[in-house]
Amino acid sequence: MTMPYYASPEQLMRDRSEYARKGISRGRSVAVLTYADGVLFIAENPSSTLHKVGELYDRIGFAAVGRYSEFESLRVAGVRLADVRGYSYNRRDVTGRVIANAYAQTLGEIFTQQTKPFEVELCVAEVGDRPETDQLYRLTFDGSIVDEPDFVVMGGQAETVTGHLREHFHAALGLSDALEVGVRALSAVSPVTAGATDGGPTRLTGAQLEVAVLDRRRPKRAFRRITGSALRTLLGDDPTPDATADAPPTSAHAPSAPEPGTPAGLGDPANPDNAGGPTTTED
Amino acid sequence: MIESSAGRSGFPPAYLDRVGSSFTEFLSTAAPDLLPGRRPVPTMPVGDLAPHGTTIVAVTYSGGVLMGGDRRATMGNLISSRDIEKVYPADSYSVIGIAGAAGIAIEMVKLYQVELEHYEKIEGLTMSLDGKANRLAQMIRGNLGAALQGLAVVPLFAGFDLDAAAGTAPGRIFSYDVTGGNYEERGYAAVGSGSLFAKNSLKKTWRSGLPADTATRTIVEALYDAADDDSATGGPDPVRRLYPIVYRVDAEGAVRLTDAEIAAVADTIVTERAEADRRNVDREA
Repeated sequence: MTMPYYASPEQLMRDRSEYARKGISRGRSVAVLTYADGVLFIAENPSSTLHKVGELYDRIGFAAVGRYSEFESLRVAGVRLADVRGYSYNRRDVTGRVIANAYAQTLGEIFTQQTKPFEVELCVAEVGDRPETDQLYRLTFDGSIVDEPDFVVMGGQAETVTGHLREHFHAALGLSDALEVGVRALSAVSPVTAGATDGGPTRLTGAQLEVAVLDRRRPKRAFRRITGSALRTLLGDDPTPDATADAPPTSAHAPSAPEPGTPAGLGDPANPDNAGGPTTTED
Repeated sequence: MIESSAGRSGFPPAYLDRVGSSFTEFLSTAAPDLLPGRRPVPTMPVGDLAPHGTTIVAVTYSGGVLMGGDRRATMGNLISSRDIEKVYPADSYSVIGIAGAAGIAIEMVKLYQVELEHYEKIEGLTMSLDGKANRLAQMIRGNLGAALQGLAVVPLFAGFDLDAAAGTAPGRIFSYDVTGGNYEERGYAAVGSGSLFAKNSLKKTWRSGLPADTATRTIVEALYDAADDDSATGGPDPVRRLYPIVYRVDAEGAVRLTDAEIAAVADTIVTERAEADRRNVDREA
């Protein structure tokens, strides 16, 4: 006959926390910073297709560290929640808080009820009309939710990166300055720069980074990835400057469409919805 | 502000299943009542009780494709709306115009827009233009029962093909029938009650490789000709300043042309036709 064994709830929770923390700390870090025109996501991620940063809705973005399969399924769930809500109510009724709450509840439930907790840490960021209304929610594996000002750092050596950012971060930095501050902070802990004292690289390059912004100036869908030459220029890696780096919003990235069924004449006739593109004529 | 929540109302299980990237398919498991195709089909014809949208025209031009629609919706012999909009951007590189039962059509467009955006967010890629056209066909197919009771929805779909091979025209037009049949059109297409007259007009005015402004004129003129002969199609209305809605899709994306631009084109057409008519009367006198 097998002996029933007993573990106290404290012990169980402690073990699970330790397990999740260990899993997360193996990964590379992600920093989410507010800047003058919105929110900037910087992830150390050598893969250009397995993203750690993604779009949830018009003004809401997502960043995660930890086990890819777990946070990817959470990202998809967030996109679905946002789209179902926006479809059955209105696009304006989708807020970061709603999505962050759903994440918190799901993570909390998994943490307490399943043997293996999710080894993830998430950030849900929402960009508002003004810098004061930007929101950053940090969600941990046990379902805790924290509303953070200025910036959120997650992953491997988050404390070191946070310390670095506390020193150099200011509110309302420009995009390239904010990127510079963030990349420096991430580089400080990255294994890539481990050999810096022996003449190795001292800073992460564009190829090792995944960068995206939620730009409040963009109409409708604020999320935009910064890749390739635009990223190299912003980082100052590129000898030939490229003017597209900090260009104002263009229609090259999918904007969302106006609500069909809106009676004509209720909108602003001087500014018809042009699906994010430039208006063709000035009248 | 820290709050630890271990509630029971997080994501329902369906949300966390990694089943696919289609919003419609997801809704069919998570919230089937939100889908237009799942409702009971009316048992008797109700076509005259619901507003119907009418004529939509699309043409290709040198840089892409243009789509325009008149502003009238009819309900039997009544005009139910003078300012309805029947052309919408489906995503940044495609547009959709609708003819048929307006309520169902607008719901379908809304679902279709979310479908494309949802795919794009989940996959991180934009769907191919042929994929988009095919998704739309599947939605129309689901509406066949209602279509037989007078609630048909017939869209016209056009887009800029980002994957077009060099040397081929990037602007492409797809038309549909009530059964969901999907046909790629060459050059120009029209749907709705005035489509016969609009196509006849385009047959004379449209040529391959027109510049954007001339192609815009062919659209406005085709809608004018349709309104001339079809009671369910509205012409330009200078009294209320209502003009056709025209979208242009090119390499830069989908853009709605301003009312001022369309008004200028419509006014030119009206002036030229009035002038031609006056000359005819003078000759007869």
